[in-house]
Amino acid sequence: MYTYSDFDRAFLRNRVAKFRDQVSRRLSGALSEDEFKPLRLMNGLYLMLHAYMLRIAIPYGTLSSVQMRQLAMIADRWDKGYGHFTTRQNIQFNWPKLRDVPDILDALAKVDMHAIQSSGACIRNVTADHFAGAAADEVDDPRPTAELIRQWSTDHEEFAFLPRKFKVAVTGSEQDRAVTKMHDVGLKLVRDANGAPGYEVSVGGGLGRTPMIGRVLREFLPREDLLPYLESILQVYNLLGRRDNKYKARIKITVHEMGLEQLQALVEERLPHQRARFGGAEQKHLSALEQAFTAPAYVTRSSDDFQTALASNGAFRAFVDSNTAAHKNPDYAIVTVSLKSHGATPGDATSDQMRALADLAQSYSHDELRVSHEQNILLPHVHKSYLPTLYVALRNIGLATANIGQISDIIACPGMDYCDLATARSIPVAQQIATRFQALNLEQDIGPLKIKISGCINACGHHHVGHIGILGLQKAGIESYQITLGGDGTQHAAIGKPVGPGFSADQVLPAIERLIYTYLDLRQDPEEDFLAAIRRLGLTPFKAALYGPKEAANAA
Amino acid sequence: MSRHQSSFSAKILTASDLLDGDVIYLNAAQTWTRQLSDAHLFVDAEAANAALATADLQQQTVLGAYLVDAATGTNGAPTPIHFREIFRATGPSNRFHGKQADLPA
Repeated sequence: MYTYSDFDRAFLRNRVAKFRDQVSRRLSGALSEDEFKPLRLMNGLYLMLHAYMLRIAIPYGTLSSVQMRQLAMIADRWDKGYGHFTTRQNIQFNWPKLRDVPDILDALAKVDMHAIQSSGACIRNVTADHFAGAAADEVDDPRPTAELIRQWSTDHEEFAFLPRKFKVAVTGSEQDRAVTKMHDVGLKLVRDANGAPGYEVSVGGGLGRTPMIGRVLREFLPREDLLPYLESILQVYNLLGRRDNKYKARIKITVHEMGLEQLQALVEERLPHQRARFGGAEQKHLSALEQAFTAPAYVTRSSDDFQTALASNGAFRAFVDSNTAAHKNPDYAIVTVSLKSHGATPGDATSDQMRALADLAQSYSHDELRVSHEQNILLPHVHKSYLPTLYVALRNIGLATANIGQISDIIACPGMDYCDLATARSIPVAQQIATRFQALNLEQDIGPLKIKISGCINACGHHHVGHIGILGLQKAGIESYQITLGGDGTQHAAIGKPVGPGFSADQVLPAIERLIYTYLDLRQDPEEDFLAAIRRLGLTPFKAALYGPKEAANAA
Repeated sequence: MSRHQSSFSAKILTASDLLDGDVIYLNAAQTWTRQLSDAHLFVDAEAANAALATADLQQQTVLGAYLVDAATGTNGAPTPIHFREIFRATGPSNRFHGKQADLPA
C-alpha cells in the first residue's frame, strides 16, 4: 500500500491547521456562514437533516488495519459508534459536532487520511475496482494509476472551481466492478497489440437526473499520456462546461451538446502542449508508486483444512460460494464481508465491527481491507487455508452473511433518514426487502440480483444501474417509489427503464415480490438470472405483474 | 379550501444549530428550542416573515432558517404537515438516535 511521503504529511497538517483556524473564526463570528460554508464543504463537512455529516475519502477503497482502527476510534470518540460506507468508497459520520471536526481531521491525518475534495465542484475521491491487485482477471493493477490521479487532483488549483463535480473511476479488468461507464471519466487499463500498457478512456457517463453511459473518447491512450490527457480534458471542460444551469453543468452534458468528436478534437489539440509541460516527471513518479502496490508476500500452506471444511460444512460452503472470488494467486481468495445482514442498514459498520475487521485483515489478509461501491468490506488477500477460521470469526461478530450479489445485498443511499437532499427514505425499503426474502427463504433460488435504491433523483444509490432500481420521490405529500428494470453497471452498462407509476411505501415490497415471482415463473431455468430474463422477455410480463395485464398493455 | 392569496396556513420556524447541527424551533418567547412541542405556531404571515428575517440575522446560533407548514396536533402541540419535517423532529428510522433519543418522551 501507498504510505504518505513527508510532503503529503506536511501538506495535510497545514490543511488541517487552516481548517482549525477557519472553524475558530466561524465560532467567534469573524466568518459568516456564507463565508464559511464553502470552506467546510472543501473539507467534507456537510449540514444534513439532523446534524453535520463528515465525509471522509477512502481513495480507491483501500484501507490498512491501522486506518480502519482509527475510523473506529473516531466513531467512538466523536460520533455515535458507527460509520456509513458509501457508494463512492467514502465513509460518512452522521453526528459530528462542528468544534470537534478539526480534531477528527487531525486524527485522520495521523493515519494518512483526509476529507479533502469529498464535496464541491472539484475532482472528487478517485474510485477503483475493489478487487484491485487481487482479481484473477486483472490486466494491470489500477491502484498506482488511481493514486497518481489522487495526487495530481488534490488541491489542483486550476480545477478547484469546475462547472460541477468531477468523478474518475479506474478498473484494471475487463469485468467492470467499478461502474466506470457511469463516471465523468472512466479508465480501463489495457494493453495494445504489442503488450504496451495504456488506457481506454471513457467520458461523459453519469447517473443523477440525466443518466448517460460514458462514451469512449480514446480507445488506447499510451500510459505516458495519462496526466497530460486528463489535464487536457479538464481544461476543455473547465472552459466550456456550462455554468448557467447546474443541471446541465456535468461533462456528460458538454459531451452531449458539443458532440464527442468536437471534444476529441479539442482535447487532442491541447495534448502536445500538456505532454511537454509534464515532461515525463509524473511517469517516474508512477513507476515509484507501482513499487508501493506490489503483491503481498504470499504464504505457502496446505489447503487441506479448507477442502475438508468445504466438504463437511454446508453453511461454510454457502459462504464460500457467495462471498469469495477468484484471486490471481490460485491458493488465495478474495473475501467480501457483507455489511447487509438481513435488516441491517446497508453500508453501516459499528466501531466494534471495524476493529474486528482490522484484526482479521491483519491476521488473514496481509493487513489490507477494501471498501466496495456496493457498500461492503473486502479482505482482498486471504489464503484459502484461513477461510474456515475466518468464517467462524466473522460469524462470531455477525458479519458472515452469505448474500453477496443476491437480493438482500442491496445498495441504499442514506435517504431521508439522514440526507438533506432526499425526497424519501431508502434504508427502510432495503431493510424490508432483505428481511422479507430471507423469511421466504428464496434468496439462493433467485440467484444473482442487484437492487439499488436512491432516496432522490441524484442517484447516490445507483438506482439507474440496478437490475431492479428503486427511486424514492414524494408525491401528493407521501413517499412514492418508482421502479426501473434492466439497469446494469458493468461493462455491458445499461440504464434501467421506468415501468410505470410509483408505489407508496407500504406497496413497494409487495411490488418487488410480484416482480420476483414473475421472474421465477418465467425463467427458462435456474441458470437464467433476473437480468438475463428481463433482456429476453422485455418489460411487458413484469409490468403486468406490477400493474395488471391491461395497464401493462397500454404502457407497452 | 380557499385558494385565495390572503389565506395563510399556519407555520413554525425551524433551523439548525450552528454548533451541533441539531434541529431547532423558535418558541413563543422568541428563543430557540430543541423540542417541536415548544415551537410557536404562527397564524399570520407578517409575524412569521418578521421572525424569519430576524433569524437570518442570528448567524452565530442559527443556520438555514425556514418556515414550514404546521397544524395543531391532537396533543395540542404544533405538528408539521410534511413527512420530512416529521422525520427532522424525530430522528432517523433505522437507529434510535437524534431527537427521539435525546429528548424526554
